[in-house]
Amino acid sequence: MLTNISSLLRACAQKSGAAAAVSVRSYSDFTTQATFEIKKCDLHKLDEAPATEVVMTREEGLKYYHIMQTIRRMELKADQLYKQKIIRGFCHLYDGQEACAVGIEASINMSDHLITAYRAHGYTYTRGGTVKKIMAELTGRRGGIAKGKGGSMHMYCKNFYGGNGIVGAQVPLGAGVALACKYQGNNELCVCLYGDGAANQGQIFETYNMASLWKLPVIFICENNRYGMGTSVERAAASTDYYKRGEFIPGLRVDGMDVLCVREATRFAAEHCRSGKGPILMELQTYRYHGHSMSDPGISYRTREEIQEVRSKSDPISLLKDRLLSNNMASVEELKVIDVEVRKEIEDAAQFATTDPEPPLDELCNHMFSNNPPVEVRGTNPWAKLKSVS
Amino acid sequence: MAAAVRFFIRGANSRLSVGTGTSGSLGAALLKLSPSCSSRSKTQRRHAAHFTYQPDPVPTQYGETQKMNLFQSITSALDNTLSSDPTAVIFGEDVAFGGVFRCTVGLRDKYGKDRVFNTPLCEQGIVGFGIGAAVAGATAIAEIQFADYIFPAFDQIVNEAAKYRYRSGNLFDCGNLTIRAPWGCVGHGSLYHSQSPEAFFAHCPGIKVVIPRGPMQAKGLLLSCITDQNPCIFFEPKILYRAAVEQVPVESYTIPLSEAEILQEGSDVTLVAWGTQIHVLREVSDMAQEKLGVSCEVIDLKTILPWDVETVCKSVVKTGRLLVSHEAPVTGGFAAEISSTVQEECFLNLEAPISRVCGYDTPFPHIFEPFYIPDKWKCFEAIKRMINY
Repeated sequence: MLTNISSLLRACAQKSGAAAAVSVRSYSDFTTQATFEIKKCDLHKLDEAPATEVVMTREEGLKYYHIMQTIRRMELKADQLYKQKIIRGFCHLYDGQEACAVGIEASINMSDHLITAYRAHGYTYTRGGTVKKIMAELTGRRGGIAKGKGGSMHMYCKNFYGGNGIVGAQVPLGAGVALACKYQGNNELCVCLYGDGAANQGQIFETYNMASLWKLPVIFICENNRYGMGTSVERAAASTDYYKRGEFIPGLRVDGMDVLCVREATRFAAEHCRSGKGPILMELQTYRYHGHSMSDPGISYRTREEIQEVRSKSDPISLLKDRLLSNNMASVEELKVIDVEVRKEIEDAAQFATTDPEPPLDELCNHMFSNNPPVEVRGTNPWAKLKSVS
Repeated sequence: MAAAVRFFIRGANSRLSVGTGTSGSLGAALLKLSPSCSSRSKTQRRHAAHFTYQPDPVPTQYGETQKMNLFQSITSALDNTLSSDPTAVIFGEDVAFGGVFRCTVGLRDKYGKDRVFNTPLCEQGIVGFGIGAAVAGATAIAEIQFADYIFPAFDQIVNEAAKYRYRSGNLFDCGNLTIRAPWGCVGHGSLYHSQSPEAFFAHCPGIKVVIPRGPMQAKGLLLSCITDQNPCIFFEPKILYRAAVEQVPVESYTIPLSEAEILQEGSDVTLVAWGTQIHVLREVSDMAQEKLGVSCEVIDLKTILPWDVETVCKSVVKTGRLLVSHEAPVTGGFAAEISSTVQEECFLNLEAPISRVCGYDTPFPHIFEPFYIPDKWKCFEAIKRMINY
């Protein structure tokens, strides 16, 4: 199981070299690994269940902490830049849901495939995008991960298919990616994410059918953060048991605020897929701290108390931090060093994202078609021609 | 002139800051941030509005008026409908709370949650459901949150709604259906919150497509769409929701569909547009008069399908020149249809080739929006070219 940790997580640990240096003095005093009791998953059409006792090593714990902190700080910085009008347009933040991205990523390989909707910053990072490139994309600069042409909702990197703007539209794409995996017989799978709001879109059910019919290696993951824009799940869904809504597809309901629960469930789901049993559905019960997008203050359809309660009782980062500290797997100072390091990385990235130049105007027409030599694109009137290259 | 827009926007903003504390609306803040007019830095100046809003004169024929912006005039129209038509229902994503652009504020509390209700996020379902409700006798008013999101419902609109009457030999129809959707550029909406898809629907006999230029027009045209016995799509220029403020009659009134309006008479060039672009062309008309001594006739088409061929052609017969402008990409945009029809009808009257000044043939860009928009300078250039032809 542990060998399955993605290479990205390893890379991140290497990045936190400073933290390691601090801990060298007392390394032998720390517990190197511990066993944790995690919440049992609810099952649908499954005989076996993910384990409820899992082992986490100190090294893993620190990696998860580092990545989750980075995502959290990155989102808070984006919030700040948006309010300064440096980031414009649409921007959907992921803070509160970090355990989902990190837990999933810990149990799949970088060679596996992942597709999500518009709340994409966290996954762009865990899939290998740098904070710098993500921030520069948010501000629409040349150094952005999509050359500054996409903005918040549209980020992509290797084996990460975005970053999609239309609610639910990415789900059939994910099944298509899974078909390619199966056809090529490379034992890869596709993780296909959507929210509780998108779960009511018709094309999701079309996809369930195709995926099951053709036994595609796809893990459907519904990140249930309790609100589809401003409407709570109870008011939008006839059944809020999202893990059962695949009907004929086996399902798991998982505590999405606990990175270990998500990791274990994903490991279980990935094994299911790779063994040729077809698709599996996971509902991750999570929570977003921010509103749906930057212009939704997020408190007209839920109370401040509700948000505060989630923050204080089940924050994914605090939960991991408590585990690390109470099991003597890390020291407070050590985690602080990580925090400082993360903050610096975010500040540097924000600096880059605000100073990097905007893409040149030629980019307006580029990348519309695959073409060589360049084609001409009609401008604002039929005789104004621009060049388009790809 | 530009100062006037700033004033409207600031006014709207100050009201907004009072209102949004508890209202939670992504559209509201989208607009709040949109045409930021501070000239302090380059980045901010880039986002200044590309048009100067010109309000309609105060109407006198419909009784008492009230100052309203575009979204309030929509609310007022819906309010009139719900109160006079007991079969009217309003539904869409988040409309029960007032909708992202605040168009349905207060209606649920006034008329009950069985008449103003939220749907799940499923556009195809919303429109299909609306067709069913309409065919069974309800006045169905569906909201699609952004015109960019209407495409999952494209099949229901084109294949179900538009053809119901025809394919049932007039036994069934869904004429009671009206679909509302915020439309057009907004300053920083990027790929999926800025599109103008009217031309897609203009290719579809059986539906009507209507786009207003301001609050007073919006209310009258929306009420016409609701009472019209054909399924109608009503696109609302979202950049005008707060920026456009006019005196609007409080009571119900209608403005006829498929009738274009000559906003300004002129003798040298006919300028045709709809929605926000009208305000660009009105400014262009002033510029042409001032700088070139060219007299422009400005026509608001208002209804895209079926469109008022007569008014446009009569004008072109008089002026001999035509410029059509819209935000959607030039190829296959509705300007192409107008241009082709006018060419057939007025060939011998034309003094210059018909000009189309539209969006580029690219997806609606993110940071390049100011370059993409068919602004007054591009339109002005086209007029010069036509005059010098």
